[in-house]
Amino acid sequence: MDFSETGILSFHGIYGIFALFLPGWLAYAVTCGVLAFIVINAMVMSTALYTWFERRMIGRFQARLGPNRWGPFGLLQPFADVIKLIVKEDTTPSTADKIVFAISPVILFAPTVLTIAIIPFGENTFLGRLNIGVLFLIGVTSVNTIAVLAAGWASRNKYAMLGSMRGVAMLCSYEVPMALAITGVVLIANSLSLYDVVQAQSVPFLIVQPLGFLVFMAAASAEMSRTPFDQIEAESELGAGYHTEYSGMKFAIFQLAEFMAPIVTSILAVVLFFGGTRGFDPIPGQLWFVIKVVLVLFGLLWIRATWPRLRIDQIMGFAWKGLFALAILNIFVIAIEVMLFQDGEGNITTRGMWTMAAVNWVITIAAIAIMVNVLGGKKLERPTPKPSPLANMYAEAD
Amino acid sequence: MTRTLAGADVARRINTDLPGAVVRSSGGDVWVELASITNVAEFLRDTEGLEFSFLSSITAVDYVEYFELVYHLTSLTRNQSIVLKAHCYGRDDLSAPSVCGVWRGADFQEREVWDLFGIRFDGHPNLKRILLWEGFPGHPLRKDFLGQDP
Amino acid sequence: MTVKTEPVTINLGPQHPSTHGVFRLRVTFDGEVIVDVEPVLGYLHRGSEKLAEGRTYVQIVTLTDRMDYIASMSNNLAYVRAVEKIAGIEVPERAQYIRVISAELQRIASHLMATGFLLNDLGALATPLMYCFRERERILDLFEMLCGARITLSYMRPGGVFQDTPPEFWPALEEFIGNMPTYIDELERLISGNEIVLTRTRGVGLLNDVDAVDYSISGPMLRAAGVEWDLRKADPYEIYDRLDFDIPIGALGDTFDRYIVRIQEMRESIRIIRQCIDATPSGPIRAETPFFIRPPEGDAYAAVESPKGELGFYLVSDGGISPYRCHVRAPSFINITPLREMLLGWKMSDLIIIFGSIDIVLGEVDR
Repeated sequence: MDFSETGILSFHGIYGIFALFLPGWLAYAVTCGVLAFIVINAMVMSTALYTWFERRMIGRFQARLGPNRWGPFGLLQPFADVIKLIVKEDTTPSTADKIVFAISPVILFAPTVLTIAIIPFGENTFLGRLNIGVLFLIGVTSVNTIAVLAAGWASRNKYAMLGSMRGVAMLCSYEVPMALAITGVVLIANSLSLYDVVQAQSVPFLIVQPLGFLVFMAAASAEMSRTPFDQIEAESELGAGYHTEYSGMKFAIFQLAEFMAPIVTSILAVVLFFGGTRGFDPIPGQLWFVIKVVLVLFGLLWIRATWPRLRIDQIMGFAWKGLFALAILNIFVIAIEVMLFQDGEGNITTRGMWTMAAVNWVITIAAIAIMVNVLGGKKLERPTPKPSPLANMYAEAD
Repeated sequence: MTRTLAGADVARRINTDLPGAVVRSSGGDVWVELASITNVAEFLRDTEGLEFSFLSSITAVDYVEYFELVYHLTSLTRNQSIVLKAHCYGRDDLSAPSVCGVWRGADFQEREVWDLFGIRFDGHPNLKRILLWEGFPGHPLRKDFLGQDP
Repeated sequence: MTVKTEPVTINLGPQHPSTHGVFRLRVTFDGEVIVDVEPVLGYLHRGSEKLAEGRTYVQIVTLTDRMDYIASMSNNLAYVRAVEKIAGIEVPERAQYIRVISAELQRIASHLMATGFLLNDLGALATPLMYCFRERERILDLFEMLCGARITLSYMRPGGVFQDTPPEFWPALEEFIGNMPTYIDELERLISGNEIVLTRTRGVGLLNDVDAVDYSISGPMLRAAGVEWDLRKADPYEIYDRLDFDIPIGALGDTFDRYIVRIQEMRESIRIIRQCIDATPSGPIRAETPFFIRPPEGDAYAAVESPKGELGFYLVSDGGISPYRCHVRAPSFINITPLREMLLGWKMSDLIIIFGSIDIVLGEVDR
């Protein structure tokens, strides 16, 4: 890990302060603790804020107010919820696998927080520039599959089991298009480091490779299992899916991880496709970052508020027949373009980027049009309704 | 307007095909022998000019000395209706032929009659209690049902 | 490689988000595919038919409210029509118009609920449901003006309605009827063209016309199968024969047809109400009936087209002040007869929407 060129709120900075009056090993441990404290709390607090944002927004979408009683504009509602969940009885089904049941919320929660550690907010990250950041991300976000399976299995509940089985199938399938979509980004940036990805975006990759962005967003919203891909929970079918049996604090951690997922997804989308902290000058990079994240969050929320969900086989078909093919096409096109436009040091000029964008938009629209006609082929013309001969309500006496 | 067929006319037509099936008729009602109810139902469904393809409802009435099964039939193609009735004598271990084979819509309704009146339908594919649980004492819509102590 | 699978029996309900009440389905799945279904009813059985035998003819009106509690007006109408038929009561014309207006309002309200909950079953996080509820509230406000209640209305009486419309009712009704078409357009823009809704509902839960008639299906479910049968046209009661409206039918009898038939029926109901507003005469709103109605001995069956289907009451009188027997031909109850056949071979997610598209109310199923 490269800890150089990092600011005060980073591993090196904090270690430097503690090293002044503590022995080296202790300073190291304390620094780790402090960083973990900062990262987890930043994440939890922003999640709390996000739940409020989401509920208020969905309230607006549904022509109602949303939570507005606790604190100004209902801002304290998340805290009220958490207090309520903490004081609730924490039940464990008598037939459950106690250990797995207890640790699966943590398994789900930990990787979500871990991803935040390497995100370049501003010029620095909490843990420095991980030079294989993208690989780390893909690896760490896959862990939630295990948590979902563990939770569903350990609950000894058929609904939970069905939910987790769906979840494993779906999460594994959508890993593939998601990783492939990110590959396109890596190809252009010529680096696996998230910091370099941001630096490479003289033109946001959203414009350069729209197809990659669309595949990424679709796969990512499946990864965080929200509508239209929320088959894991599917509250109208499975009650609550894999966390049916959970209550109290364990349930709160599941909820926390679940609400964290959109934030993580938005942050990833911003870093990979929206140019991260890049923006116009008077506004600092961090603020740009937040603005972009909120915009992406709002987009995700909009989808969640309006769309129904797909059936599990349709979801799987969408991943393997639709997104997989599109992602492969995207990599293919980007690889050829990178070969043509990249100079000796692996950089692409802004002009080159714009040329790529022009080509890619055409390809994207064409590919999606073809895909819609192939996959959406079941869009049969419905016959005009014609009255069945089995009834004649105007029949009169003969 | 849905025409209510004259019971006498329908009774005559049934009698020509199934002699002895009709007991009597009045207004829009036809009383038939309990044993021949399936045959009559099939006749009413299949005969040209009657075509009672739609079974509106099946119910029963407890007249204490006998139970009366009431079948409301509608013909969707000819927009006409008739009421078929049959008497079922006795109090215990009653049974009547099922019309499930004629109209599948009779399925739940016959189960309901069995549940609430205790009239067993022979030939019903799945005759279980439907609204009350198995083992409920008595059949509540009978006039002699007094309820149970909690 | 062969995968060995084992069927799993899951108990859907009686407490489940998508059973629209307390309905229980014992479903056996092979993976996600349904191999067996057994509906278990009766969790809301209150013995209404038995209770009716101990009440006077007017008191029973309140019992009927609690059967299809989404559409109390239609229940009231069906019941009072049966009483009027058996007792030979003539209803004043103004009362008939008011009854038709309220029954059609109730139909819109019920179809809004059905559509909203169908979309909720599809997994649409309650947004379409909330839109439907918003409009339903306006109808409930109108009902509140009519009779002071919002859900269990008991507005109708044998021989008419229990009180005349208040003066503020008519402008409010005009306003509602003026706005409702745009609300339905809005709802359709949100739902009808949505690719996910189409993929999920088209071709799912087919019930063809032959089966529908054989299973005694009625209401929107029958019409979605292409059978043009509506008691308002086939056997016009009240003043429906004077009104101009169409009966929408579906093409295939799938879930999408059942949804679209309901949407179109709402539009037709608006047409009916609009015609009624202009035509409602002044005059008495209730026929003179004795305090205790004592119909002559005999029986009568009267049915109306309720939002769920053919709702009929079969009354047997022994000349006393309460019916000797009161049977309800409950459309919700009979419409779930083919449930097993409709569900076999479909997946769990389909189960929920097929069941939702039938639109049952447990108060009416169990009575």
